[in-house]
Amino acid sequence: MPDGAMTKTAKTGTAMLEIADLHGFYGESHVLHGVSLEVRQGEVVTLLGRNGAGKTSTMRAIMGIMGKRTGSIRFQGTELIGMAQHRIPRLGIGYVPEERGIFSSLSVDENLTLPPVVKDGGMTVPQIYDLFPNLKGRGSTQGTRLSGGEQQMLAIARILRTGATLILLDEPTEGLAPVIIEQIGVAVRALKARGFTIVLVEQNFRFAATIADRHYVMEEGHVVDMIPNDQLAANMDKLHTYLGV
Amino acid sequence: MFSLLGVPSQVLFGQLLLGLINGSFYALLSLGLAVIFGMLNVVNMAHGALYMVGAFVAWLLLTYAGVGYWGALVLAPIAVGLVGLVLERTMLRRLYKVDHLYGLLLTFGLALIFEGAFRHQYGVSGQPYPIPDLLKGGQNLGFMFLPNYRGWVIVASLVVCFGTWFAIERTKLGAYLRAATENPTLVQAFGINVPVMVSLTYGFGVALAGLAGVLAAPIYQVSPLMGSNLIIIVFAVVVIGGMGSIMGAIVTGLGLGLLEGLTKVFYPEASNIVVFVIMAIVLLIKPAGLFGRER
Repeated sequence: MPDGAMTKTAKTGTAMLEIADLHGFYGESHVLHGVSLEVRQGEVVTLLGRNGAGKTSTMRAIMGIMGKRTGSIRFQGTELIGMAQHRIPRLGIGYVPEERGIFSSLSVDENLTLPPVVKDGGMTVPQIYDLFPNLKGRGSTQGTRLSGGEQQMLAIARILRTGATLILLDEPTEGLAPVIIEQIGVAVRALKARGFTIVLVEQNFRFAATIADRHYVMEEGHVVDMIPNDQLAANMDKLHTYLGV
Repeated sequence: MFSLLGVPSQVLFGQLLLGLINGSFYALLSLGLAVIFGMLNVVNMAHGALYMVGAFVAWLLLTYAGVGYWGALVLAPIAVGLVGLVLERTMLRRLYKVDHLYGLLLTFGLALIFEGAFRHQYGVSGQPYPIPDLLKGGQNLGFMFLPNYRGWVIVASLVVCFGTWFAIERTKLGAYLRAATENPTLVQAFGINVPVMVSLTYGFGVALAGLAGVLAAPIYQVSPLMGSNLIIIVFAVVVIGGMGSIMGAIVTGLGLGLLEGLTKVFYPEASNIVVFVIMAIVLLIKPAGLFGRER
């Protein structure tokens, strides 16, 4: 029904990422059980849920870092399942992993410029320094000598150069001090204002509430609920049950 | 002329030169091993055999195609690199997910096959390979006589070693290589085709062995066993320098060559074992090697 699909997207804004009935496996273990969600252009969407609910696995499945995937992951209409792993980021998807992945054998500069530019319209290095002033002047420092917060900033910063339009941010606030979380929040809001589409995995749900448009709640490898940010207050009880906090 | 502890300076410098020549080959070979181990986590036991293949390609080119030394210097490493690419694509690739030992066993088996095949075809007596006309003769440095070809080998291997070091430690391509050594999954998630990089790395590493083989052809005889004679010492060099360390491989290779030369002057009986004694001491004191990082 192409016509129906057209009216739907016309009403809700262009769907950038559409995941339907996604199943994922690490070897023998079945970790994603039919994930379905949609992210529209320019949105910030969070994946909430307890540990082991499948949030990180969903991101890894999008990037193709998973043994076997079935179902459908469409990015701007292109099916990602079955695509060679190194081609997926080249469509304009940037990945900031949970462990940050700063390379110890590379300097800060080398870390920053490592991911190849995949599309026009990426941020320039001076623009990135404006967003993350902490990184300025640290170019020749060994990447892993930065503080945890600075490493997180660097992990986000290096994706911004590439021209990726969809950014997958896996727990950017994990293990960071409140003042640093504040800074990361400012940066993520600035990215949203610049028109980046962001999928955010978060345990820190108060942080998520300050940034996101919508929240998907995951449990046992699939999405169980979707809560728009403006209805968050009305759904607090439900959310507490989901997250067990 | 002077003498040191009763050793005439001519003998001393002669042995140091020989040590430096051997050290140049240790450095070139252990450099290739280090690059391969860093990226593939494979101890490439076929390295010595591919060094031998490089020398044989030079000899075959000269004998059957009339291609001389300078042509061989370019063609033989390319040929050996292509052999490496085929080996990696068809065999080694299947072993990355299992224990490192399987890669070691596979490459050891390949080494035996290469050596056996050349031995069957050409015997073990060794084929002479002439020094190119341009590098015949030598220089009298006053304190010693330096054959031109030997000087060339030292300079060429230093240039190649430090060129490789520069390419890996100071260029963008090298940054990809270092990053992929640390976390291949993430580098792939940035849009780099890591499996192709791995193949090319193996191809480049064994091409260095092929180049060393061509450089060695006019000095040592071109023989099927030339690789296995050398490779045991080269593995000791790699262990002393630290597995996977580029600078460690270069510095240790040259240093141990010199040390071997010195031992030949002052206590010849120990010259064959000095490298292994050092290896044992280094393993006791610094198990990751002189330049290696603990993993």
